Order: sequence, then C-alpha cells, then structure tokens
Amino acid sequence: MLNAIWAFMIIIAVITGFITGNLSLVAKAVIEGASDGVTLVLGMLGVMCFWTGIMEIAEKGGVMRFISSLLRPVTKLLFKNLNKNEPAMGAIVMNMAANLLGMGNAATPLGLRAMQLLDEKNGGRKKASHEMCMFVLINTASIQLIPTTVILLRQNMGSASPGEIILPVWLVSVAALLVGVLSIKLFRKAEKK
Amino acid sequence: MSISDMILPLFIGIIIFSGLYRGIPIFDTFLKGAKEGLSNAFSILPSIIGLYTAVCMLRASGAIDLICHGLSFLTDKIGFPSEVLPLALLRPVSGGASVAVLSDVLKTFGPDSFPGKVASVIAGSTETTFYTMTVYFAATRVKDTRYTLKSALLADLAGILFGAVAVRLLL
Repeated sequence: MLNAIWAFMIIIAVITGFITGNLSLVAKAVIEGASDGVTLVLGMLGVMCFWTGIMEIAEKGGVMRFISSLLRPVTKLLFKNLNKNEPAMGAIVMNMAANLLGMGNAATPLGLRAMQLLDEKNGGRKKASHEMCMFVLINTASIQLIPTTVILLRQNMGSASPGEIILPVWLVSVAALLVGVLSIKLFRKAEKK
Repeated sequence: MSISDMILPLFIGIIIFSGLYRGIPIFDTFLKGAKEGLSNAFSILPSIIGLYTAVCMLRASGAIDLICHGLSFLTDKIGFPSEVLPLALLRPVSGGASVAVLSDVLKTFGPDSFPGKVASVIAGSTETTFYTMTVYFAATRVKDTRYTLKSALLADLAGILFGAVAVRLLL
C-alpha cells in the first residue's frame, strides 16, 4: 500500500509544481527534505535509545508485570469468553501492558502469540472469533502512557511546552477506544440478526 | 510545575526504583535496551527520509495547501483545522508517513499553534490501523476479519474528531 501512496505523493507534487510554477521550490524541497529527514531521525536518536533502555528495565524489573496485573479487571470485561488463567489471556494482558508503556518491540511478539493462541481456540476457522476482532481493535487504538515520539518532535521543533499534550492524548485515546469497543459490540449484534 | 512535567521523571524514577528492588543489573539492562533502540532508529532512517522528502515536495508544490483549502468548507463547519487533514488521512496507513506529516505540520505552523497541537494529540492517540490489522491477522488462519476494520476505522475517526475538541477545551 505504501508503494502506491509514496509514488502518488511524488507524482502529485511534480504535476502540481508544474501547473503552479513551483517546480523550482519542489527541486529545493527534494534536497532539503532528504537532509532534514536525517536531522529528524538523528534528533530522535538519543531519546529513542534512552527510552528503550528505560523500558528494558521496566520489563525486567517488574513494572510491566505490575501494570498487567492492574489491567486484569479491564481485560475480564472485554474478553468475557476467556478464562483468566488461559495462556491467551496472559499474552493479551502482557501485550496491553507493553503497549501502554510504548514498548512496540515487546508488544508485537506478545500480540502475535496471543493471536495464535486465539486462532487455536477458534479451531483454525476462516472466520475470526469475536475475541480476535476485539484484541486487534485494542491494538489499533494506541493507549500509551507517554507518547514519546510526539513529545520529542514537539521539543525539537521548539515548543514552549512539549509535554502539555499528554493529558489530552490520554483522554482522546481512551474515548476513541470506547467508541471502537461500543461499535464492535453493535456490529456483532447486527451480524447475529 | 504542571502535572505533565512531573509524569516523565516520576515514571522513570519508579522504573529504576523497582529495578533496584528486584536486584537486576540496572545499567546493563539499560544498555541492552538502548542498543535495540539504536538499531531501530537506524532501520527507520531510510523510510523516514523517503517519506519526509515526499511530504516536503508536496508542501513545496502547493498541493497540500490546495487539498486543505479545497476541503476546508467541510472541516470549518465542525471547527476542525484543515491543516491537519493530511495527517488524519495518512495516520491509519503508515507510522513513518505520520511522523513525516506531523513534523511538516509542526514545522510549517509551529508546535504551539492550534493545528500543531491538534496534530500532536491525534498522532499520539491513534495507531497505524491497516498495518496492525495485517500483521496480527497474518499470524492466524483467519480469512474473514468480520467487523474489525469497520470498528477500528470508526475509533480512528473518533480519535481525530475528539483530538480537535480536546485541544479546544483543554489547551
């Protein structure tokens, strides 16, 4: 998909530049954009390293386990058909804790493990189980305690208060997830009819 | 001092303290994770360069302004900043493209402008829906994903609209 989008972006830029007579600006943007892209990533390098380092400590030092134990009541509500001692439930809870901490590296393998376990429980059927849909939905909604990348980009662009977006981000992501969960329940009901 | 300023240091403090309490080799563990972060950052470098350059070309050609102005009659009615539309469109598709477009908005309008704040909140509270769905279902034998995409996109739409509302009310 990104293949098409990227090509589309560049073609549109060249055509629009030709029509509006901005082609020289587009040429300048190629050079500047490419070198600014490097600055962008290099500007994030330090914090990305530091943060993944801290998160490794969170994983090994028990903070992740603690957070996953806090999540148990929530997952019990969302996955009513799963027993709390099931391995799939364990993987789901750990995946959610890793996402909450913004540990993409740890979250994905746990999430894939959970999907495989749910697939087995589903008997390898072609049709997804409701639990799978719910679990993927949760993973497509980002609930993150500290949105590191965004704060960092804001700081690098000279924001007076890079972190002020944390509270709105929490509220908005929870509200968006609630919309998702509510809609998934409604779609399921509609499907049964 | 605001709450947001306290969250990060307190969070790090708690993590270090619990690591000490558990008796793990703190700095060695840190190094292991930090090295992973380093290789991650380098692995995303080519895609960010490619995507960011494409976004800069679009911006320079005037295409982004044309699209945003063209659709502003829709967004103005609900008080949504049309400058954030490119981010809203690309967010569910690609994480790299979102970083590129978010940086472009922050650079063009400033991180503390209304569009800059809305773009930040939206980027922080939504995910790359299509990518996540593809990867997760690829681990199973499922072919029919039922209502997953519909619900996930509804949640994204809600996040995008709520983002503007939250910035208006809270910041």
